[in-house]
Amino acid sequence: MDTSAPPAELDEDGLAMLVDALQARGLAVIGPTVRDGAIVLAELTSADELPYGWGVEAEAGTYRLRRRDDRAAFAHSAGPQSWKTFLHPPRARLWQADRAEDGTVTVREDDDPPPRYAFLGVRPCDLRAIAVQDRVLTGGAYADPVYGPRRAAAFIVVTECTEPSGVCFCASMGTGPGLPDGAVYDLALTETIEPEGLRYLVRAGSPDGEDVLAGLPTHPTDGEHARRAVADAAGRMGRTMDPTDLRSLMAGTMTAERWDQVADRCLTCGNCTMVCPTCFCTTTEETTDLIGDHAERWRRWDSCFDLDFSYLHGTGPVRSSARSRYRQWLTHKLGTWHDQFGSSGCVGCGRCIAWCPVGIDLTEEVAALRAEAETSEGAP
Amino acid sequence: MHATTPVPYRVLARRRETADTVTLDLVPAAGPLRPFRPGQYAMLYAFGTGEIPASVSGISGDTLGHTVRAVGKVSEALCRAERGDWIGARGPYGTVWQTPPAGSDVLIVSGGIGLAPLRPLIEEVLDRAKEFGTISVLAGYRNPGEQLFLADLPRWRSRAHVHVTVDHPEPGWPGATGLVTGLLDSAGYRPDRCAAYLCGPEVMMRATARDLLRRGVPADRIRASLERNMRCATAWCGHCQLGPVLVCRDGPVFGWDHAEGLLSTPER
Ligand SMILES: Cc1cc2nc3c(=O)[nH]c(=O)nc-3n(C[C@H](O)[C@H](O)[C@H](O)COP(=O)(O)OP(=O)(O)OC[C@H]3O[C@@H](n4cnc5c(N)ncnc54)[C@H](O)[C@@H]3O)c2cc1C
Ligand code: SF4
Ligand code: SF4
Ligand code: FES
Repeated sequence: MDTSAPPAELDEDGLAMLVDALQARGLAVIGPTVRDGAIVLAELTSADELPYGWGVEAEAGTYRLRRRDDRAAFAHSAGPQSWKTFLHPPRARLWQADRAEDGTVTVREDDDPPPRYAFLGVRPCDLRAIAVQDRVLTGGAYADPVYGPRRAAAFIVVTECTEPSGVCFCASMGTGPGLPDGAVYDLALTETIEPEGLRYLVRAGSPDGEDVLAGLPTHPTDGEHARRAVADAAGRMGRTMDPTDLRSLMAGTMTAERWDQVADRCLTCGNCTMVCPTCFCTTTEETTDLIGDHAERWRRWDSCFDLDFSYLHGTGPVRSSARSRYRQWLTHKLGTWHDQFGSSGCVGCGRCIAWCPVGIDLTEEVAALRAEAETSEGAP
Repeated sequence: MHATTPVPYRVLARRRETADTVTLDLVPAAGPLRPFRPGQYAMLYAFGTGEIPASVSGISGDTLGHTVRAVGKVSEALCRAERGDWIGARGPYGTVWQTPPAGSDVLIVSGGIGLAPLRPLIEEVLDRAKEFGTISVLAGYRNPGEQLFLADLPRWRSRAHVHVTVDHPEPGWPGATGLVTGLLDSAGYRPDRCAAYLCGPEVMMRATARDLLRRGVPADRIRASLERNMRCATAWCGHCQLGPVLVCRDGPVFGWDHAEGLLSTPER
């Protein structure tokens, strides 16, 4: 990429033209829009559907839209969904099988071309979450047939974050609010609110991105205002998490008392796993038609909080208590994810804090586990 | 072809082992899967019902042996399969029973259906018996009716020490009674020259490993096959997590030097 290109910006019309240009390439543009009292991710017919003038207030167990006193389109933090809804869909068919009269079964994979998406408004934390899922679903010995082709076809427009919420802590995790070094994307935008209207500092991160950008009307800028807005955001995170050696902290606190304390509050509802942009767990289901000669294998999201998740015949659920299930979730996310996939499983988006019905906050849990570990180390 | 798409196999032969356990010999109906090695497992698919992990219990050319105990809907469907029936299979998956170093005494210890995954190892070791010292197979069952591979025993006995024990004997039971760990004293093996292989319920493997360690068998010479719920076998579904490992990918066979730590934190 030509990183020496002079900084350029789009105005609001330019942003609208970007959406049109992506559609003209045959991509379904997915972006934020207001629906049912939340900012959701959905296919946009035009830039008009962006959540202009809407902001978000999020706290532990709380999420509310609020009217802003400006027109900003991307001044809201993470909503209940993440891009995994599109790349790693909640339900997907893996194959179909038909049984002939002689008992021979033919298994057919779907050969429909994968949907081709352009994601508009991917936060740096969520860009990292996509990179985390890449490692899990396509980085090992087997490449996931649903995720892989969708991911390969996706055009990613990042928007740096200038408006973190009360539950955000990406700055602690090194994943935002600005684009970290080495981030891989097609286009990156930074929204600023200027007296003359909305402005978007824009740069290309891939040849495809350059190609799209070349067709858009840009104005020169020094980009200073945008850089300041992002730097400011880093200081306005609602939460922090001390990232020091979380992996050994998790490995060393398996018998901590704090797990009992959090288990008293946790409803084991699994909301945290559904909203988390990196949680990838799935189960499979077999469906058949009435006659029983046509079968389909479906895969759907599953949660480590579900009792059946660890079910073994003869033993029952390996993890039956709320304590062991919450502990599995948190120690995996922050600890054993490193062993299994070579990175952290948490990007600091704060979704699990906002969408937990009882407001369990992992940053608070980690701080408490750390305090307990330090107390017991200091003990004679 | 995608990693989770089953490949067609046919039931070549079906042998009833016990009231609830059947061994199926499966032959490829199109191309074969890559060769399996002892300790590895397949995902077996019963049409219209579902898919389960099952270790290979026999390997002979392209023919795969699987010994399945009917405990739920998929295993029941597989046990009902008859000669000529269609079965889907994918694999091979997972780690292997490493062949014992030349000159070692070989100690194979099973609990219940745990003998099935060990059978291809037993066959391999017996075929090459001259390379090893004493070969012992210790099998524990709850009752005599659970015994597997009775047809193989005479052949195994000609080259190995085979001891069977049951928790609940019937009148006239000629073998030993009690836990399989009770057989460890009578099996002849040199602890410092021994390679041990364990498969069975977790409690049985823990007790056996503990006793072997106490007798001086090094932890990295003991191998055990662990079991967790598995939906994918390809490291995508998360079900088989056991602390830092995914059993489907990093196991199921682990050295005890590794397995002991994995099993040390009660998960409940
Ligand atoms: C690596 C490995 C090798 C195995 N080898 C054999 C073998 O050689 N012979 C044999 O009889 N059995 C073997 N099993 C156990 C076998 O997979 C289970 O008995 C089977 O999954 C039960 O499924 P079901 O639908 O018949 O029963 P249900 O009780 O209806 O099971 C419901 C679901 O729970 C899960 N489940 C239940 N029990 C187990 C279990 N023990 N392990 C994993 N998932 C489970 C399955 O995903 C299943 O779909 C093996 C398991 C593993 C992990
Ligand atoms: S664990 Fe919570 S904060 Fe971390 S990535 Fe998942 S939802 Fe976001
Ligand atoms: S931590 Fe909260 S969201 Fe997660 S399972 Fe427990 S109650 Fe549900
Ligand atoms: S069985 Fe799916 S991750 Fe191991």
